[in-house]
This record gives sequence, structure tokens and C-alpha cells, in this order.
Amino acid sequence: MATMTIAKAINEGLRASLTAYPKSLLMGEDIGHLGGVYRVTDGLIKEFGDDRVLDTPLAESGIIGTAIGLALRGYSPVCEIQFDGFVYPAFNQITTQLAKIHSRSLGKLSVPVVIRIPYGGGIGSIEHHSESPEALFAHTAGLRIISPSNPHDAYWMIQKAIECQDPVIFFEPKRRYWLKGEVDVENPGLSEDPFKAHVVRAGTDATIVAYGPLVPVALAAANAAEEDGRSVEVIDLRSISPVDFDTVEASVKKTGRLIVAHEAPTFGGIGGEIAARISERAFLHLEAPVIRVGGFHMPYPVAKVEEDYLPDIDKILEALDRSLAY
Amino acid sequence: MGQGQLPHGTEETLAATTAAAAAPAEPVDMVQLLGPDGKLGTDPVFSDYAKRIDPEKLKVFYTDMARIRRFDQEATALQRQGELALWVPLTGQEAAQIGSGHASEPQDYIFPTYREHGVALVRNVDLAELLKQFRGVSNGGWDPRENNFHLYTLVLAAQTLHAVGYAMGIQRDQKLAAADSADPKAAVIAYFGDGASSEGDVHESMVFAASYDAPVVFFCQNNHWAISVPTEVQTKVPLANRAKGYGFPGIRVDGNDVIAVHAVTEWALEHAREGRGPVLIEAYTYRVGAHTTADDPTKYRESAEEAAWREKDPLDRLEKYLRAEGLADEAFFDQVAADGDELAKYVRSTTHGIEVPDIREAFASVYAEKHPLIAEELAWFEQYSAGFESDQEATN
Repeated sequence: MATMTIAKAINEGLRASLTAYPKSLLMGEDIGHLGGVYRVTDGLIKEFGDDRVLDTPLAESGIIGTAIGLALRGYSPVCEIQFDGFVYPAFNQITTQLAKIHSRSLGKLSVPVVIRIPYGGGIGSIEHHSESPEALFAHTAGLRIISPSNPHDAYWMIQKAIECQDPVIFFEPKRRYWLKGEVDVENPGLSEDPFKAHVVRAGTDATIVAYGPLVPVALAAANAAEEDGRSVEVIDLRSISPVDFDTVEASVKKTGRLIVAHEAPTFGGIGGEIAARISERAFLHLEAPVIRVGGFHMPYPVAKVEEDYLPDIDKILEALDRSLAY
Repeated sequence: MGQGQLPHGTEETLAATTAAAAAPAEPVDMVQLLGPDGKLGTDPVFSDYAKRIDPEKLKVFYTDMARIRRFDQEATALQRQGELALWVPLTGQEAAQIGSGHASEPQDYIFPTYREHGVALVRNVDLAELLKQFRGVSNGGWDPRENNFHLYTLVLAAQTLHAVGYAMGIQRDQKLAAADSADPKAAVIAYFGDGASSEGDVHESMVFAASYDAPVVFFCQNNHWAISVPTEVQTKVPLANRAKGYGFPGIRVDGNDVIAVHAVTEWALEHAREGRGPVLIEAYTYRVGAHTTADDPTKYRESAEEAAWREKDPLDRLEKYLRAEGLADEAFFDQVAADGDELAKYVRSTTHGIEVPDIREAFASVYAEKHPLIAEELAWFEQYSAGFESDQEATN
């Protein structure tokens, strides 16, 4: 067991994969000598050299497009997109190329590219640095999307993403980069399968589903509710595509109530998909409609008002009250 | 500065600037060895490369150009008869494709756009597989690894980045390989057109290729028309000259001269394989037919322009040369025509026989690893389909 931050855990996970797989490599803007703007790749260029840790030209489509070519040649590239709001220049390469190559080659070609994206708000940043674009990618078949919420998951999930033969977008909760926790570097335990949801707090009255940066918020809300005598179960979704509906369904069949929280705008978000699927799977078990807590239908607002935009403990508790009132 | 004021300079100097911008683009040399008259000229660099082509090889070039033109006609006919949803003709561009394709070695990897049927032929791709895409039964049925010929890419220019990444992989493979490795050095060709040259991915691919000295040859077929928009709208300078801005060589070659195309591409591939970095080739050619079978060139260009380009036909000039040099006789040309008809017959009969795939194949190839949503939706589809079968049984 070692105690480390999420940023350090990803760094160690990348180091482990670079060591284990000679054909894995990292590429992105400023990830080499600087170690990335969040220092997630700190020190790796010294250890593995600039053939395997590439400071690329400043061009996101170029990063993903060349990563696809490297993957076609047998390499496993891990790309860093510097910030969530800068992934869009690569959107075409990700959705029309990366996601489809396996399918359009009828399975003959695989492109095991990992795209790391620091995402989400709460850091008081300027525009384009606080977004949560996961739903845009979840709508695209051929991609897998995961997001860790704690250091142990971060360490193992990045390695599992690199081992996966499908393209994986790895959303890193940037405001939790400095969250510390225990990491068992010997044994992944429950982290073995990055596409399964984890029940991180057991409860009987309602279920809160969250992922990435909102998992600690959901846990805090559940703890606050306990003081009012409410027993709330919390699920860390971990995987946004595919969604582990089985775990969510089992929980809802027990609690009868579901709240889904994410920073991304509610409209057209993952919460809507979970609400629809769970309504189909557990309709007669639901005591209340599924309630979503998310961002408003607006461009991510300026930092000084982001507190009003972001889901927080109070917003989740308000949703919980509404659910329990049915 | 008040409203209405010019940002800098006088109206006079601005007028001069505008005039300069409208002036003819900077001159560019075009490598040409075999002229439209069928006479072989010389070039200080590329004549040496042309000399490597023996007469038998020239006959292969001619045969392949004739076969792919015949194939093109047959595919167009198949589309007109409703056997294909769409066809993308290449007529006029045979020399650019057959010449460059033959310059590639088996270990080189090719990233085509969607009109590179001639290159596909040279790389031994089964042309019947190629037609599947246009019949709506596959997005590219061939295995790209078999002939190092990638699937067609329809989102223009996306493949130029894949080509550069692939070339970066080749560089790494060479470093990983033992120093005494007998593996031949490899390079990549990225095909694109004058229209795609405006796409940002072409720019980014050239930036990446230059930064990493990637062994890639950018092969731009300037066929003068991006559907209905002329090259002048895509660029104010000859496309080959753009290479200068990235810091690697750019060469314009007569794209209807198969000998020059082969010579220039061979030089460029050697340059790339030897680690000297990328090259841009602009093959100056013309799309004699429509953009696709859904296009109507009479709406945007003059037939006189088409006629002028027919005078520069790539097959005619090689035929003139082969006849004048006594390298090929009437029997050869008869045989070429017969071979073309044979190929046409083959693709026609194969196209008729193509089976419609099962959507289960699509379910099976979305992901490389198992995926619960795919399994769930497939299970639903099976149950749904089975419902029709039992209805059928009940009716029977």
C-alpha cells in the first residue's frame, strides 16, 4: 500500500505500462520536459526517452490522427489532450476515424488508442478549461469512456485502458488531481474491470450515481443525509460507456429511488440515458422518477459563478428530498 | 483610428498589394519526361530514375493504365444499371496512380483517399472487394495488411495524419530492430487531392511529418476540380510550393506522364526511406469525367477545357512512345484490350454474386472486446427477428 494523489497514481500507472509494454508511448502538448501542465507525466521522458514520450506540435487533430497511424503500425499510443475544452479540434479524428476503424474493417484492424483528458470545473479557471464533454463521445459507438474518482482506480484504470484493444477516452477529474488515497500497486482488487460500477457506500432509502469529480460530493451528501436518518447508497459509475446498468439496476431495485449527478449539462447527458434505461428495467420498483443533478443548458459559466452552476452537496440533497417526497 | 479609415498605408499602396495578390502565382517547374506527343525528354535529376524503367515495365504501366480505365468504365456502367449506389471515376488520372503505385515497394504502406483504384490495382487489391463499398455491402472488404493498402478514407485528409503516424511507427520499428536486421526500409504514401489540400489535417500532417522527419510521401493528385470548385479557390500558389513552408521538398510532376510520375515517386520514396524526411508531390492531372456518378460537370466547366486535357491523355502518349520505339506491336494492344474486357467481365459477374451481409456482422465488429450494450441490443434484435419467424410458421 502506498499513499498518493490521483495525479501521481496516473503517473505511476503510465510508468508501469510503459515498462510492461515496449510499444506503448505517450504523446501530447508539453507532456515531455514540462511533464504536462498538471505534471501528470512528470519525469517520464527522462526515464523512457523522447521516442516514447513525445512533445507534439500544438495540434489536437494531429495528435489523435498520428496516434491512429501509430496504432495501425502496432503501437499503443496514450494521448494527452491538455484540457477538456480543447478536444474539439480532434473531434473528427475521434468520431469518424478512431471510433470506426475496427468496425469498418470488419474487425480486421484494431486501434488501441487511449485519450487522456483532464475534465470538469471547480478550479476557478478561464473559459474552455472546465468542461465535461463526455456525453458527446458516449453517443459514438466504438469508443469506451471511463473516469476514475480515486487514486487506486486511477492507477489501475489507466493501465487497463492501455491494455484494452478498443479506443478508450480516460477522463481525469482535474479538481481531484491532488486528492490523496491508498493505492495497492500489487493488487487491483475490484479495479480489475474498469467498465464495472462500484457501490462505494451501502444504503437502503435511495441511490446516488456519480462518477469522477462528483463521487466525493455524492458521498458527502449521503453522509449529510444520514444525519437526517436517511440511508443512501452511492455508486461510483467509473465507466460512462459502457454503463454498468446491472449494478445500478440492482441498487435501485433495493432502494426504489435514483439520483444521477454529473457536472455535464443535464440535457442530453448521461443522466438521461441512465434514467431511461433504469425506468425500463426497474419501473415497478421505482418509488419516484429518476432525478438528475447536472449543469445548466449554458456554456460553462465564468469562474466566479461556477459554484452556482456545479452540482454540490446541497443540490444533491435537494434532489434527494424531492425523490423522497414522492 | 476612426471608422472607415484604412488600417495601414495609403489607398495607392493597398491597390498595389491587391494587384500583386492577383498577379500570376509564383512560377513552378513541372517535371515532365514523356510529353503529349509521345516524345521522351530529359530532366537533370529524374532522367536517371526513368532509365531504371525497362521496356517490359513500361508495357506493364500501359497494361495497368488500360485495365483500370476499362474497370472504371465497367464500374460506371454498373452504377448506371443500379448495381452500384455510386461510382467515383478515375479516368484521366491513370498515370498519376499507376506510376506512383509501381514506385512503391511491398513493405511500403499506402493510405488512399477514395479514388485510388489504380493504386489498388497495382497493390493487388481484389477490385471486386473494392466495389463492395460502392454497392453498400461493406466499408472496404479487403484486409489492409495483406497488401499494405489501407481502406479508403471518405472524410477527406483524415488519412494524411494516419499516414504520418504510421511512418512514425516505422521509424520506431527501425530503432527497435537489430542493427543487422535484413528488413527492407519502408515508407508511407498519403494520397489526397487538391480539394483536400485545404483541410486542416493536411496542414497538421505536414507539420508533424516535418517535425519528426517521418518517412512519408504526400502524393497530391491535383485533378483541378474539387467537385465543382476549381483549384484556384483552394490555393493561390502551386500546391507543390507549399512544401517549402514546412521545410521539405515539393515537386510538381506532370501527372499524365507515367514515366515522370514513377521517377519522381521513386526518388521521393528513397528520400523518405533513407531517413531524409517527407516529400510532397503534386501530380498535375485532370479528372476527365464527373466527380462521382451523381455529379454533372456541365454545370460548372467548359467542354473545351475537358477537350484540351484529353489531348494530354496519359494512355495515348505512352502508346505513341511504345509504337514509335517499336516496343509494342498491334498484338500487344489487342491483348491489352482483351485483358481489360476480361477484368470487366470478372468484376461484373462478381458484383452480381456479392451476398448481402447480415447485420450481425456489424454487431460483431463495433468493439474488439466484449461489450454489454452490444450484447443486449443483439439479444433484443434476435428476439425481435425470431418473432417474425414464428409468425411465419403460424401463417404456414
